[in-house]
Amino acid sequence: MHHVVPKATYYHVSVWLAVLLALTVAAAQFDLGGWNVPLALAIAIAKATLIVLFFMHVRYGSPLLKLFAAGGFLWLLIMFAFIAADVLTRAPIGSG
Amino acid sequence: MSSSTAHLAHHFDDVEQQYDAAQLGMWLFLATEVLFFGGLFAGYALYRYWYPEAFVVGSHRLDLWLGGINTAVLLASSLTMALAVRAAQTSDSRGTANFLGWTILLGSVFLGVKAYEYHHKFEERLVPGRNFSLSEKGDKSNFPDRDGSSSTANGKLDLSPFSPGHVELFFSFYFALTGLHATHMVIGIAILVVLVVAARRGTFSADYFTPVEITGLYWHFVDIVWVFLFPLLYLIR
Amino acid sequence: MTNSPADGRNYLNADYRFRSWLLSTDHKRIAVLFMISVTMFFFVGGAAAVLFRLELMSPRGDLVIAETFNKLFTLHGVVMIFFFLIPSIPAVLGNFLLPMMIGARDLAFPRLNLASWYIFMTGGVLAVGAIVIGGADTGWTFYTPYSSTYSNTNVVVMALGAFVAGFSSILTGLNFIVTIHTMRAPGLTWFRLPLFVWAHYATSLIMVLGTPVVAITLLLVALERGLGIGIFDPKLGGDPILFQHMFWFYSHPAVYIMVLPSMGVVSEIVTCFSRNRVFGYRFIAYSSLAIAVLGFLVWGHHMFVSGQSIYAGMIFSFLSMFVAVPSAVKVFNWTATLYKGSVSLETPMLYALGFIGLFTLGGLTGLFLATTAVDVHVHDTYFVVAHFHYIMVGGAVMGYLGGVHFWWPKITGRMYPEWWGRLSAGIIFIGFNLTFFPQFILGYLGMPRRVHEYVDEFQVLNVMSSAGASILGVGYLIPLAYLIWSLRYGAKAGDNPWGAQGLEWTTQSPPTTFNFPETPVVEREAYAYDVDPATGHAAGSA
Repeated sequence: MHHVVPKATYYHVSVWLAVLLALTVAAAQFDLGGWNVPLALAIAIAKATLIVLFFMHVRYGSPLLKLFAAGGFLWLLIMFAFIAADVLTRAPIGSG
Repeated sequence: MSSSTAHLAHHFDDVEQQYDAAQLGMWLFLATEVLFFGGLFAGYALYRYWYPEAFVVGSHRLDLWLGGINTAVLLASSLTMALAVRAAQTSDSRGTANFLGWTILLGSVFLGVKAYEYHHKFEERLVPGRNFSLSEKGDKSNFPDRDGSSSTANGKLDLSPFSPGHVELFFSFYFALTGLHATHMVIGIAILVVLVVAARRGTFSADYFTPVEITGLYWHFVDIVWVFLFPLLYLIR
Repeated sequence: MTNSPADGRNYLNADYRFRSWLLSTDHKRIAVLFMISVTMFFFVGGAAAVLFRLELMSPRGDLVIAETFNKLFTLHGVVMIFFFLIPSIPAVLGNFLLPMMIGARDLAFPRLNLASWYIFMTGGVLAVGAIVIGGADTGWTFYTPYSSTYSNTNVVVMALGAFVAGFSSILTGLNFIVTIHTMRAPGLTWFRLPLFVWAHYATSLIMVLGTPVVAITLLLVALERGLGIGIFDPKLGGDPILFQHMFWFYSHPAVYIMVLPSMGVVSEIVTCFSRNRVFGYRFIAYSSLAIAVLGFLVWGHHMFVSGQSIYAGMIFSFLSMFVAVPSAVKVFNWTATLYKGSVSLETPMLYALGFIGLFTLGGLTGLFLATTAVDVHVHDTYFVVAHFHYIMVGGAVMGYLGGVHFWWPKITGRMYPEWWGRLSAGIIFIGFNLTFFPQFILGYLGMPRRVHEYVDEFQVLNVMSSAGASILGVGYLIPLAYLIWSLRYGAKAGDNPWGAQGLEWTTQSPPTTFNFPETPVVEREAYAYDVDPATGHAAGSA
């Protein structure tokens, strides 16, 4: 009835998570200018994706489930995007 | 009489429907959690964009190794949780109880480390509110004025000017984010304890493991929140 | 054909013990619990309105001092929005009807449903408690830094009341979405669903995706006041506009939570009382989803003069124009449904028609407000107050009353007195317009909102508005009286007194606890009003 994920898959994913964690810490030791934050986020997203797909079984789920799993993050992006649209375009008081 | 129908609620037609409903329901709840935490992340993003130097100062006051160990502990607990679900799926009651137990243990270690960190922060007077003060013995970052224009007052520091008020903002986010996260951990552990008791009674099997699975989803989500918190709070360099 | 057991048992008399009501997981009983609760909150919020409309009859502040006035409108907003408008149709009519409309025995998570009511009541106790210990004076919008730092009133308790009530909303929405996805009867495809269900699905999406954001926002205000963990405090570099972004990210979609269910009710009523299939079923269904999605993209139109960037204001203004389109689609389609229909003007239909007219007016004035250049002048004036009351009262409340009357025979097994129903609908319509139309003019002339004093020139219009409010109040009290009266003395209702289409009308009135003795199989589309139920063919054919 339900897909049983092999233990090996879980161990495999865990190794990758550990590698990505080490990468996270290592990357923070270098000053990459404006790229530090996107890099840290990209690694975090990679970890989160592994957890969602394998530990949370979304890889083996229905399309509806995948939609629900993605939905919250998508909506969060809307909030980020429009707040950014305000904050990034504010002019200093007294100008224009 | 199959054991699966013993757990079938009266308003569902079959176990399959009940299981699907439980899964969808938990994912919807997790979506609400994404937005709940997300509001805090949005605020964090705004202030980090505006006050980068203050956030660097704040982040340096956190112990990166404790944070890293905690991250590893939580990732391990996700593994044990996934294995617990798998054990329930394969009707392995002992395995289920054992792996749930490991998850509780690892989660508790996480909370223990966090408690230690909080205590330390309180002693360092970095808790926002009346307690907050940036000065510390031997610490060069002792700014008497709060308007952030004091680089000339303390030319020894490499950092560009920042305001202690902004650093206090950083710590507001630190405590709000990790505090909310820890609250979710506590609730998660409480649910896991209930599940361990049920697992030892042989409640779960291949026909009925839904509570373990959906608790697993919740647990993994809380882990994911931390996966984002760690670099964003501890690793601003 | 009825489904009634011979012994006359139904969900109301299945168990008479008090605890059988307080511990019930039957969605119909929980709906009744909600109905009683929201009615109480409605009259609490209404009482506050009576007081401040009395104050506003004269230009000087003579009835209450300024701080009290501020507490009154805060109370009115918090209670009406969080404890009446948001829960009313979903938690009362949605809870009662949704499972029945899809042929199910209950919602997906009956215990969560009961928890939702208890959480709602807890929030209510906190909010009313805040009122009793002295109230809060921030307005229902809790703007920082006034709410987080400078107000000397009971902001934390009031905010926590709204925070807790939000979880009730989230659980309801979650329950509805899962139910609609997993528990539809065989043959009931998505496009055979009643539009009431589509409306509640869209509403539930908003509840689930939006409410958590206002929850964290209010929690942060409470933390800032209580523990000093401040992120909105300007002294620390905090940004009050951040609060507004986070607050309105929910609170704008929240207005669609308040109005979408009403639209669902209107779809049901208009089809039944014009004996017609609905015009453009798919368009109405899709428009509900469109409103839900677009509603999340426009919140900055509440913030044009707040200090957000002009560029962001332009984007929000532009997008706000689009959100009017799906609502307009619905209004056109309802009108087309009426066309060449066999229209009868029973009480529910009067409310539905009232909705269509008043919502349209309110919606059009929303376009004025979405136009930045106009909004700069009328923001924070009575123009805004009139706009949203046309939608919330002329729209949402009338939809709620129409729905309560339409499904009253199903819920209670009794008919209300029709003549009194029509009379109160008329009184409400007149009272409502007299109350709120003058407020458009007042706003246009420049009277600010949330003020207890005003210049003498505004008095005539204010007196008209207050007079209208008293008529409106009477209009609301009459149904309260006759609906309660009908529980004992109303004519007993049959299964389907309106001859309406819909699975809920195939059950007895009131229904049995489990709704259907066996799960129905659906073979027809919704609103098959021109189909003869006996033959399955178009009525009048051989």
